[in-house]
Amino acid sequence: MGSFENDLNLEATELRLGLPGTEESEKGNGFRSSNKRPLSDSEAKQDGVEEKGPKAAPSPKAQIVGWPPVRSYRKNSLQQKKADPEAASGIYVKVSMDGAPYLRKIDIKAYKGYPELLRALENMFKFTAGEYSEREGYKGSDYAPAYEDKEGDLMLVGDVPWEMFIASCKKLRIMKGSEAIGLGCGL
Amino acid sequence: MDPKRAKQSPDSAEAIRLSPFPDEALDRILALLDSHKDRSSASLVSKAWYHAERWSRSCVFIGNCYSVSPEILVHRFPNIRRVILKGKPRFSDFNLVPQNWGADIHSWLLVFADHYPFLEELRLKRMTVSDQSLEFLALKFHNFKSLSLLSCDGFSTDGLAAIATHCRNLTELDIQENGIDDISGKWLNCFPDNFTSLEVLNFASLTSEVNFDSLERLVARCNSLKILKVNQSITLDQLQRLLVRAPRLMELGSGSFLQDLTPQQYTDLETAFRGCRNLQTLSGLSEASSLYLPALYPACANLTFLNLSYAALQSEELAKLLAHCPLLRRLWVLDTVEDKGLEAVGQNCSLLEELRVFPEHPFDQEIDHGVTESGFLAVSYGCRKLSYVLYFCGQMTNAAVATIVQNCPDFTHFRLCIMNPGQPDYLTNEPMDEAFGAVVKNCPKLQRLAVSGLLTDLTFEYIGTYAKNLETLSVAFAGSSDWGMQCVLEGCPKLRKLEIRDCPFGNKALLSGLEKYESMRSLWMSACKVTMNGCKLLAREMPRLNVEVMEDEESNEGQAYKVYVYRSVAGPRRDAPPFVLTL
Repeated sequence: MGSFENDLNLEATELRLGLPGTEESEKGNGFRSSNKRPLSDSEAKQDGVEEKGPKAAPSPKAQIVGWPPVRSYRKNSLQQKKADPEAASGIYVKVSMDGAPYLRKIDIKAYKGYPELLRALENMFKFTAGEYSEREGYKGSDYAPAYEDKEGDLMLVGDVPWEMFIASCKKLRIMKGSEAIGLGCGL
Repeated sequence: MDPKRAKQSPDSAEAIRLSPFPDEALDRILALLDSHKDRSSASLVSKAWYHAERWSRSCVFIGNCYSVSPEILVHRFPNIRRVILKGKPRFSDFNLVPQNWGADIHSWLLVFADHYPFLEELRLKRMTVSDQSLEFLALKFHNFKSLSLLSCDGFSTDGLAAIATHCRNLTELDIQENGIDDISGKWLNCFPDNFTSLEVLNFASLTSEVNFDSLERLVARCNSLKILKVNQSITLDQLQRLLVRAPRLMELGSGSFLQDLTPQQYTDLETAFRGCRNLQTLSGLSEASSLYLPALYPACANLTFLNLSYAALQSEELAKLLAHCPLLRRLWVLDTVEDKGLEAVGQNCSLLEELRVFPEHPFDQEIDHGVTESGFLAVSYGCRKLSYVLYFCGQMTNAAVATIVQNCPDFTHFRLCIMNPGQPDYLTNEPMDEAFGAVVKNCPKLQRLAVSGLLTDLTFEYIGTYAKNLETLSVAFAGSSDWGMQCVLEGCPKLRKLEIRDCPFGNKALLSGLEKYESMRSLWMSACKVTMNGCKLLAREMPRLNVEVMEDEESNEGQAYKVYVYRSVAGPRRDAPPFVLTL
């Protein structure tokens, strides 16, 4: 019975409230986007977001420069048919986390939207971001992901549509503690 | 009798009578020494030996092109015919070194033109080589015979055309894995019609199509051709025609193995392979499928090195192929063969000494293909002579590695890459400290080690305590504190190259090696916790080291993001680009 259901891929046709591409089976630290209009709009605009099927979507790992240590030549010749994140023009931004000794760098173009990006950051720095809402920012966590935009202002991740975020994000910063609280409460 | 003792005698006549070694004998004997280490040792015995050695040396190996200058080189060694030069730090292979960093061959060639007009051989690794340099080489050195370029950049196929056109005595053209501007395959047509001396031709890593008629005629007239590695533009039936012309090949790199062959063409191909009785090395085989692989079975009887790292074989195909390769010593594969393929390796290749498993999709988000600890284990049970391994995998356990090194204690090179940075033992969730502890405890001959996975300082304590023959260590995303790096610097007497990235090692660790770095070739540290002040202190205390910091947009205030430290008798670089600060 179970396998029959899998074959029919009922999940693809299931009606639910979540955005396409987000799994109900996510653990509580996933990015919930239930009442975020800018995000919903940007997510809805993107077509072709595939369902991963019955198993939980894997946390996307951020691409690290020069890792795994495979020579450029070998990497390029094997990846000719596959989209290679380092060969294509990615948008690499620094990511810092308050209290961490060194920075990382990620290609924000490698992600399809905020949920993926958040999952990747959580995975990379081992934290949970909490639940996002326009009104309260990231609730239920000591951490808030913020970014510096083109004008040098520190912004909360998630407030603007994804495409606008990609175009304006210069640096990411995972803020901790009391500093993080002020950002969510309107400008 | 010791010539040194004779020299110290105040009576010079006495000294001459006691000296047992006429110069001619010394020269003859030293001329027989090949090993660089032996020659270096000989040159330290006495002034007489130093001079005899330097006059008789014909081949020089320079592991870091900035450790010495071309002027110093030619001054000491007047009769060099063969030069081996390595340039950029190894992490430049992984895009960690910006363009235009340096290691340009041209300044060397200018000096060589004046002092080594009879230069025959140049082997370069990670150097920048321009087309002008290649043309200069081709025109100025009339005796030039052998060119090998590995992981170099800065040139195009036009440069190769210059070599082919002008080097009348060329025996070797070996072009491997370079950042080359592949404009066209026309360079191959530049070998003159009366040119017949080629013994080695390797253009496997070039992509542009070559004129097959030119190639066929070249192969036909070069009777001494021993090594031929063609590129993917050469089809199977073309390969067959080449093999028929060069049945005495010892090393073959095929072109694409994907083609629709008629039954007759297949039979001809198989016959051609059967005719290759001397084949010891086989590579290429891109897009190889089970359909045509059997054609090469007859050529595999004497095979000692099989390089399948560009052929995405499945486990079954590999197993069938290996059944025909009883004498295999070295095997390179892609992880498409999976654990099952590695089991076949263990079952068929009892003489295996070297195994390299490369990832087909290194940047995949999920690693649910590829190889795991069981493949490695299977190989270790069947191949007890294993001494060199490079293994990219998605998961590993401490227990597996411990068993592997129990089975194979002869490891000299152990390079394990668990592709997810900082990943623990997937069964116990513990750090991988005990795995590498087992490696260094069980393998006393270990010269080269690359570590990965979740590692604390304990790994480095083990390395410092047990790895007494370790010469090269590569570390990434590992360690807990300065103590780790200190253990290695204090504990490994033979350490020559240390390369570290993304580890929490800072100034204390860096400075603990103050005395050590002059006995090493180089140290690389990037994305660690060293600061400019720490590096400046190092530079101040150790004037014979070059301490270079690369400016990077990544750097925070005062952070030294990329540090490269190396000993040099040539002083600070004079050709450093603006982003390299020599402290």
